[in-house]
Amino acid sequence: MEILVKLFISFFKIGAFSFGGGYAMLPLIKEEIIGVHGWLTNAEFIDIVAVSEMTPGPIAINSATFLGFKVSGILGSIVATVAVILPSFIIMSIIIHFLNKFKNSPYSDWFFIGIRPIVLGLVASAAVSVAMDAFIDIKSILICIALFYLVTFKKLNPIFAIILAGITGVILY
Amino acid sequence: MLFKLFITFFKIGAFTIGGGYAMIPIIQEEVVDKNKWIEEDEFLDAIAIAQGAPGAMAVNTSIYIGYKLEGLKGALACLLGTVLPSFLIILLIATVFFQYRNNPVIEKVFLGIRPAVVALISSAVYKLAKSSNFGYKKLFISLLTVLIIVLLNISPIYLILIGGIGSIIYNKISLKREK
Repeated sequence: MEILVKLFISFFKIGAFSFGGGYAMLPLIKEEIIGVHGWLTNAEFIDIVAVSEMTPGPIAINSATFLGFKVSGILGSIVATVAVILPSFIIMSIIIHFLNKFKNSPYSDWFFIGIRPIVLGLVASAAVSVAMDAFIDIKSILICIALFYLVTFKKLNPIFAIILAGITGVILY
Repeated sequence: MLFKLFITFFKIGAFTIGGGYAMIPIIQEEVVDKNKWIEEDEFLDAIAIAQGAPGAMAVNTSIYIGYKLEGLKGALACLLGTVLPSFLIILLIATVFFQYRNNPVIEKVFLGIRPAVVALISSAVYKLAKSSNFGYKKLFISLLTVLIIVLLNISPIYLILIGGIGSIIYNKISLKREK
C-alpha cells in the first residue's frame, strides 16, 4: 500500500511538471524513479524509453504504465498511469473554464517564454545522461553517430532506427 | 456521442507511434475533417493550450476536445480513449519483457538499441534548437540547465519554476522601465 502511495505521488509530480512533452520529462522521471526511490537501474530505464518509443501513444503514458508494472504489478501500472494524467486533467479543466482570462494575460505568455530554453536544456541533458550508460565502447558511439545522421538528415523513421540498432547489436556483440 | 468520442480517440491512441506531434495530424483528420466536431481555428487554439499545459500533448488535446463537445463526461471519454490503447499494449509488453530481459540475445539487442536512444534524443535536441531561433542568452540558459541537471543533484521542477517566474519578473521590470 505504501509503495502505491509513493508511486502515485511520484507520477503526479511528473505529470504536473512535464512541460514540452516526451523527452523533456525524462530527467524528471529519472530523478523520481532512479534518484529518489531506486526503483530501476539506469540500463532498465533506457530500455523502457526505447520500448515506449516503439509502441503507440505518448511516451509519458507508456513509461508510467511500464514503470508502474515493474514496481508493483498491474495495480502499480494503473496507479502510475492515472497519477500521470490526473494533473493534465485538472489543469486543462481549469484552463478551459477560464479560457478568456488566460488568453488575455501576459503572465502566462511570459512564463512559457521563460521555460522554453529550460525545456531545451532538459531534453539535451536527457541525451547526455542516457549516453553515459549507453556508450560502453567505440562501437556504441559509432551506432549513435550513424543513426543520428540518418534520423536527422535522411528522415529515417525512429521505429526503423531502433529495429536497425537492435539487429546491429546482435551482429556486433 | 460519448461512445463515438471514445472510439475515435481509441483509434487515435492505438495507431500513433512516436507520440506527441505524430498524433496531431491524425486528431485533426478525425475531429476537424471527418466528423466536423470543431472548426480548424479552434483546433489550433486547442493545440496551443495543450502544448502550454503540463503533460502529454495528445492527452491534453483530447481533454480539450471532449470538454468542448460534451463537458466533463466528454473529456473523460476522450481521455480514456487516448490512454487505454497505450496502457493495454505496454502492459502486454511489460509482462513479456521482464521475463526475457536477461536472455543473452535480447541483451545484445538492447546493447545496440541504447545508443539509438541517444541518437533519437540528440536528433530532437538538434531540431528543437534549430526551430527555436534562440539568441546567445537563451542558448546559454539551455547549456546551464544541462550542466545543472548532469552535474548537480537539483530537481528539474525547480529549474522550470525558476525559468518561468524569472521570465515574468524580468518582463514586468522591463515593461515598467519602458513606461
